[in-house]
Amino acid sequence: MRPLPSLTRNPYWRFLVAGIRGQSAYPLATVAGLVANATFGLLKGGIMGAAVASSGGELAGYSAATMAAFVWLGQGMLGSVNLSGRSDLQTRIKSGDVAVDFLRPVSVQAAHILTDVGKGLFALLPRGLPSVVIGVLVSGMALPPDAAAYALGLASLLIGITVSHATIYAVATSGFWLVETRGVSVLYMALSGFFTGLFTPIYLFPDWLLTVALLTPFPSMMQFPIDVLSGQVTGAAAGQRIGVQLVWLAVVLAVGHLTTRAGRRRLEVQGG
Amino acid sequence: MAEPKVQRRLRPWQTLPDGLRAYRAVLASRGRSQASYRASFRMDLVGAVLVGLIEFSEVWVLYSATDQIGGFTLAQILLVFGLADLAFSLADLVAGHCDNLPVYVRAGTLDVFFLRPQPVLAQLITSDLSLRRLARSLVGATALTAGLVLNDIDWSAGTVGLLVLALVCGFVIFSAQFVTAAGLQFFLINGSEMTNAFVYGGRYAATQPANVWPRALLVVFGAIFPVAFAAYLPVSTLLGAPGPAGLPTWVGWCAPVAALWAVVFAWLCWRWGLRHYRGAGG
Repeated sequence: MRPLPSLTRNPYWRFLVAGIRGQSAYPLATVAGLVANATFGLLKGGIMGAAVASSGGELAGYSAATMAAFVWLGQGMLGSVNLSGRSDLQTRIKSGDVAVDFLRPVSVQAAHILTDVGKGLFALLPRGLPSVVIGVLVSGMALPPDAAAYALGLASLLIGITVSHATIYAVATSGFWLVETRGVSVLYMALSGFFTGLFTPIYLFPDWLLTVALLTPFPSMMQFPIDVLSGQVTGAAAGQRIGVQLVWLAVVLAVGHLTTRAGRRRLEVQGG
Repeated sequence: MAEPKVQRRLRPWQTLPDGLRAYRAVLASRGRSQASYRASFRMDLVGAVLVGLIEFSEVWVLYSATDQIGGFTLAQILLVFGLADLAFSLADLVAGHCDNLPVYVRAGTLDVFFLRPQPVLAQLITSDLSLRRLARSLVGATALTAGLVLNDIDWSAGTVGLLVLALVCGFVIFSAQFVTAAGLQFFLINGSEMTNAFVYGGRYAATQPANVWPRALLVVFGAIFPVAFAAYLPVSTLLGAPGPAGLPTWVGWCAPVAALWAVVFAWLCWRWGLRHYRGAGG
């Protein structure tokens, strides 16, 4: 029997590391992302702060400090989750390069998702942390109350990032049938930003719209990790948020697995 | 008598001078190429309208959850949102393609533009025409119309003049931001998000009441990239609402000054960038 390969030689681990290293090769892109993050954060913080103030200091359960935490944690996560709807897989299906992916003795799904999660995790250091630091400096945002909130928050954050990239993967597999999927990306971008709590917390929605939002995987990508990380929900409620995230992770992974299997039979690559 | 008949059968663009006819042929081919993947094209159009609707929904959710923000009610912010969104989507239709400059620079395709006897900027702008961006402007137009109906506006020649002036200046200001961004892209390969901060950040800023901004943002979006003049200040003048502290009510009429400044700034950035460009290979 062959010995088990060590972790560092495990191909899936290497996909994750490749994602991290690939992203670290573009420092200017990181600085640029931070500038954009900070600008949008200031704009969002200004309008959301004014909204809380005009409602007498409390809006849908948010105070000025927790609303600032919502804004800046959200800005910090932007580089780590994919709300653009575009992906490498999408381009590789259209160009036919995906045929090469299928020849490799690894799961196409796992390889793509892990590379993207690696990129997302790296982005937390140069983009996520500085955004939060800026938020603390300019707005006096609320921080997690205790060590347990940090631990739960980080777990929720990691699951949120994975749900985002696993969903993007499943959406990109629609390319096996459609070939050109830019329209799908645009739809995804519109819906994900709204339902994930990119601009306003989903708790500001009217009841019917909140119900619609909770029936999608989008709140699991940003709103729930922010809830847990900011200490807006704690204890059992935090555990429940993480449970919902795990259910959605299982659902989108299963969908991606099935569409990859069906799409592989459909794939037709021209040229030679 | 034969001649006028021939004239009448000519479509408008066929009367254009030769130079422009080349652009027309290019633009028509772009339109056809987008429509060829039908399912995706339809989704693209629906998506463009949906993006607009959702951007509006964000405003609607926020202003419904509160009575007013920065002195603006939901009905009043409709005017600001509609005006800003319409001006931006028209600018996006015309100049939005400048966003793709880094792709051309990296791939070396920009070099081809220098070989043709037309201005590089004109070629860049016509190198793609996104039909979905036309669909996008419907949302802003609808919001603006609703805002004009819902608010108690004192209609006069001055009111109409102010609205038209704001729309034209907004269009010029946003187009200038796209060109400014393109000029800076020559230096910022892989750093395009930095210019997104004032192009798309500017779009977002233009839909807000500027009196809720911290001082730093007032300088950035009120003076350097003057998007506050695209909608918020003209609408404040229109409604007779007090502007940001210390500014007179008539400041909305100064939009042309802001537009002129934006154009000069864009022109300088574009020239500077173009001179810096040395080609990318091949």
